[in-house]
Amino acid sequence: MSGSYHLWLIPLLPLAGAAINGLLGRTRPRSFVSAVGVGSVSLACAYAFFTFLRFPWHAGDAYVERIAPWVVAGNLQIDFSLYLDPLSAVMVAVVTGVGLLIHIYSVGYMAHDPGYYRFFSYLNLFTFFMLTLVLAGNYLLMFVGWEGVGLCSYLLIGYWFTKKSAADAGKKAFIVNRVGDFGFTLAVISIYWMVGSLEFRQVFPAVASMPKETPMSAGPLTWICLLLLMGAAGKSAQLPLYVWLPDAMEGPTPVSALIHAATMVTAGVYMVARSGVLFTHAPLAMTAVAVVGAATALFAATIGVTQTDIKRVLAYSTISQLGYMFLACGVGAFGAGIFHLMTHAFFKALLFLGAGSVIHAIAGEQDMRKMGGLRQAIPWTYGTFLAAALAIAGIFPLSGFVSKDAILWKASPLGSPSGSWLYWLVGLATAGLTAFYVFRLFFLTFHGEPRSEAAHHAHESPRVMLAPLAVLAFLSVVGGFVGWPKALGGHDRFEAFLAPVFRLAEELAPAAHAAQEHAALEIGFSLLAVGVAALGIGLAWLLYVARPRLAERSAERLGALYRLVLNKYYVDEAYNFAIVRPLVVGSTRLLWRAIDVGVIDAAVDGVAQGARNIGGAARRLQSGNIRSYAGWVLAGAVLVVSFMTFLWAK
Amino acid sequence: MEFVRNHILTITLFTPLAGAVVVMLLNKERIDAIRWVANIFAFAGFLVSLPLVFWFQSAQPGFQFTEEAMWIPSIGARYSLGIDGISLLLVMLTTVLGSISILSSWTAIQDRVKEYYVFFLVLQTGMLGVFMSLDFFLFYVFWEVMLVPMYFLIGIWVGPNKLYAAIKFFLFTLFGSVLMLLGILVLYFSYHTQFGAYTFDIRQLISLNLPLNTQIWVFLAFFVGFAIKVPMFPFHTWLPDAHVEAPTAGSVILAGVLLKMGTYGFVRFSLPLLPGASADSRIVKFMVALSLIAIIYGALVSLMQKDWKKLVAYSSVSHLGFCTLGLFALTPNGIAGSVIQQINHGISTGALFLIVGIVYERRHTREISEYGGLSNVMPVFATIFMIITMSSIGVPALNGFIGEFTILQGTFEVNKVWAGLATIGIVLGAAYMLWLYQRTMFGPITNPKNEKLADLNWRELATLVPLVIWAFWIGLYPKPYFRVLEQPVAQIVQRVRPGYYAKRAVPVPAQPVVVPAQAQVTTEK
Repeated sequence: MSGSYHLWLIPLLPLAGAAINGLLGRTRPRSFVSAVGVGSVSLACAYAFFTFLRFPWHAGDAYVERIAPWVVAGNLQIDFSLYLDPLSAVMVAVVTGVGLLIHIYSVGYMAHDPGYYRFFSYLNLFTFFMLTLVLAGNYLLMFVGWEGVGLCSYLLIGYWFTKKSAADAGKKAFIVNRVGDFGFTLAVISIYWMVGSLEFRQVFPAVASMPKETPMSAGPLTWICLLLLMGAAGKSAQLPLYVWLPDAMEGPTPVSALIHAATMVTAGVYMVARSGVLFTHAPLAMTAVAVVGAATALFAATIGVTQTDIKRVLAYSTISQLGYMFLACGVGAFGAGIFHLMTHAFFKALLFLGAGSVIHAIAGEQDMRKMGGLRQAIPWTYGTFLAAALAIAGIFPLSGFVSKDAILWKASPLGSPSGSWLYWLVGLATAGLTAFYVFRLFFLTFHGEPRSEAAHHAHESPRVMLAPLAVLAFLSVVGGFVGWPKALGGHDRFEAFLAPVFRLAEELAPAAHAAQEHAALEIGFSLLAVGVAALGIGLAWLLYVARPRLAERSAERLGALYRLVLNKYYVDEAYNFAIVRPLVVGSTRLLWRAIDVGVIDAAVDGVAQGARNIGGAARRLQSGNIRSYAGWVLAGAVLVVSFMTFLWAK
Repeated sequence: MEFVRNHILTITLFTPLAGAVVVMLLNKERIDAIRWVANIFAFAGFLVSLPLVFWFQSAQPGFQFTEEAMWIPSIGARYSLGIDGISLLLVMLTTVLGSISILSSWTAIQDRVKEYYVFFLVLQTGMLGVFMSLDFFLFYVFWEVMLVPMYFLIGIWVGPNKLYAAIKFFLFTLFGSVLMLLGILVLYFSYHTQFGAYTFDIRQLISLNLPLNTQIWVFLAFFVGFAIKVPMFPFHTWLPDAHVEAPTAGSVILAGVLLKMGTYGFVRFSLPLLPGASADSRIVKFMVALSLIAIIYGALVSLMQKDWKKLVAYSSVSHLGFCTLGLFALTPNGIAGSVIQQINHGISTGALFLIVGIVYERRHTREISEYGGLSNVMPVFATIFMIITMSSIGVPALNGFIGEFTILQGTFEVNKVWAGLATIGIVLGAAYMLWLYQRTMFGPITNPKNEKLADLNWRELATLVPLVIWAFWIGLYPKPYFRVLEQPVAQIVQRVRPGYYAKRAVPVPAQPVVVPAQAQVTTEK
């Protein structure tokens, strides 16, 4: 590929912003900090789109930019190299675009926070690492971004570090992610071992020319992909490593929107899609991806139904929606997964920012039981929130409808050869639950009577916060049209744009965009999905607007089951009991006190004591008698000589 | 200039000792003068070592800057110095950490100032000698000489149990060195049997051809000496005690440099001189098992420590486990990664001990529970501590990652399960360090004594900032480090696994130079 695009500028601009704010921001006015923070991201965004406009997409090749050699150890050669293809372009667009909106929003949201400069510095640093992650041209540089966003997530979750719960949540997020990184690290090393390179441009063709493994003959590719899945499940909060994400809501709300909804948590999906050709060569791993995704989607959605903290509902919703994306990847519909990633970034960021606006309006309250009736007080928030809620519920023709529908269709046996009715059914059930819990949240927050003092005095947020909401609302509504399906008379441009990326992967999953003959059925499925969503909304309306008493009564009637779900299936408690406690107790009692102090040190002290006793006996040899000394010297000499004679003179 | 070039190692080696002599001549009441002289000589020690970096020829195999002189003719002991890429890195680590630790002691040491600096400077020379000696006898002398000042550094200044700790340190290491001496003597006499000359020169001893059984016995004798120094499980229990009682600078040097003498011993002596034993599958399994235990065990015990310094001390056990694992993977990346990780550990753990020392000097306690919320009052300190934490737990773009990754890659080549188990250590590493960070730095200030703590002063910044820069350098541009290591590592791999490069069709970076055996030594007997 000819031409130079200076891709390195895109991540470097936010890094410069982070450095300037981190070093100088403390003593500068807020306007300076905001200008640097927002300015650097908007420059990155502008430059990214400028590049995309110049880029010859029709050529269908990836552009690789080698910046400098990085690790050169023997035959291990790794560069700082960037990689631009439609997939990374979509990611860069989402990260800089949605990221920019969230930066702007933060100017208003964090206006009164004493650590203003620190916040923007972290936020820019995060953007830098996220862009590194999606632009990286090899797995190791991707890992730099991967760990970097984890670090920023740690810093930003624990941003209000004086709050113990926030600091705990940050730590939990990092450590759970590290468990996933265990898989990622080993996968990266395995890829190097298998291919002899970590550069995408070398790994993918090499893998493409390998024979496909079958579940019966699962070989290195299968376990590499399973290890990658482990990493992805950590970062993207999938079963069983999702536990950190709900706690991560301790961070400021813009952080939840940017990191824990729109960008960082989707890194796992991006990584699986990026490694698509590896996964399609390992069908067992593909099945694992699909199963994990489907299970997580349903599991998290059920928890979302019972939560009362507005941000936690959204957190479980994010986990559930990420499950959809994994499901899509698992059935080979990478394009659909990335499409949903993008639309989800729009409407979930909007939901979080809207929730932030609500929280802002009622003095920091996050409990939905203390909200209610806010629609008159904060109409802009209300209106935009409604757009996002309809989008995530999958109502025609909003963006969520288009992308979710594509996934559901591909998850069925009609849409893709590796689909299954079970996936489809789980997906459909999740769609119903999603519509229900989102509108439960919506009605509890905005409808009915104000249920607390603060809710009576709600005030609308400043324009700097509302403008991003409006833009995101627009995108949530129309964002789906870029991928309008052929069955509904569209051209599916989004998938066609991404197609070159998955060319190598799709040779093995050809039917992923075949099956045009089922167009009529596809429309029928869409109608069914919209119907289920409408049912969910209707039920939410019934329970939380029309007959509020009914909700409590049904919760009571469900009794134990309700409590089980309310307490998130006691997974945190189980982890604590099965992993954390044994580690803590075992390390303290067994390893440290018993082995270190009890065995090793006791042995050493015993020897020392013994030596002292012997020394006491030996003291008697020091009689002061010259002749006895001479005798000892002689004995010693004899000993040394005989030692040397017998052992060495041979 | 020519003279300097030919004697650069001797100059580097004895600059600290010269400083010790000058300090000794000063009146012990003139504390400031003593401090200045000691600091100047320590920094001069760093400056004179700096040309090594520029003059060193990475492409040239064998030892460079060699110096030869007869020392004790009757036993064939020579004063011969020389460095290759491995020792170059360790020498530079020593001079950098040495001057930094001496700078860090400025206000921390208030009594017996003169003795303190004398011991410290002598120690510095001892350590440099260990890394430069090409003569096994000379090596042994430096190895033992260094014990004495370290013993006093642990035993005189801080802590309530300092005598216990100092004696424990002394006994452990002395026990190890006695066995090591036996091993050296076996090589010495065997060389005489085979070649008719007495020499301690490792360039000669390398041509020894010992039966596997003898090699294994000698290996085990060396093992005890080196493993105690590293320290490998189960010889590690002297380490936490010694650290807790040692003054800050003592801990920095102890962790940063002294422990590396154990790993250096393995890589310089055990592997090349006893290739049969080192590649013996029983020995390899034994060493790897101990390394893996150290990685996981050290991390778990570290997790539960209530004493800030002890936590860092146990983390060293875990980190050094990576170093020994890499060595005994016996692959180029395993060994090169191990040496780089030794440097990394010197940087990050050295900095962590400085960090503990900085708060200890302000509050005179190392109990983690006494702290909390320090980020509120010491933001600069908090930032540096965060960067060092990330370096220690191997976050990419910082140094620790480069070392760990290459070690894991080199190990994976040999055995996937070993690499998998070692990776658990990385997960646990994040756990204990972040928990430490959270308990000390985050949260509100609960202890009123912490409310007025001052942030870093210029001198403290000057001790930490170079290490932070170094951490980023290795993380972002490790190429020069791997380049200087390429030759020596290739030679070692060729020794222990003669077919390694041929089998993988990888070009050998250079042909190892086998020194002709007898010729040079015989005349001097």
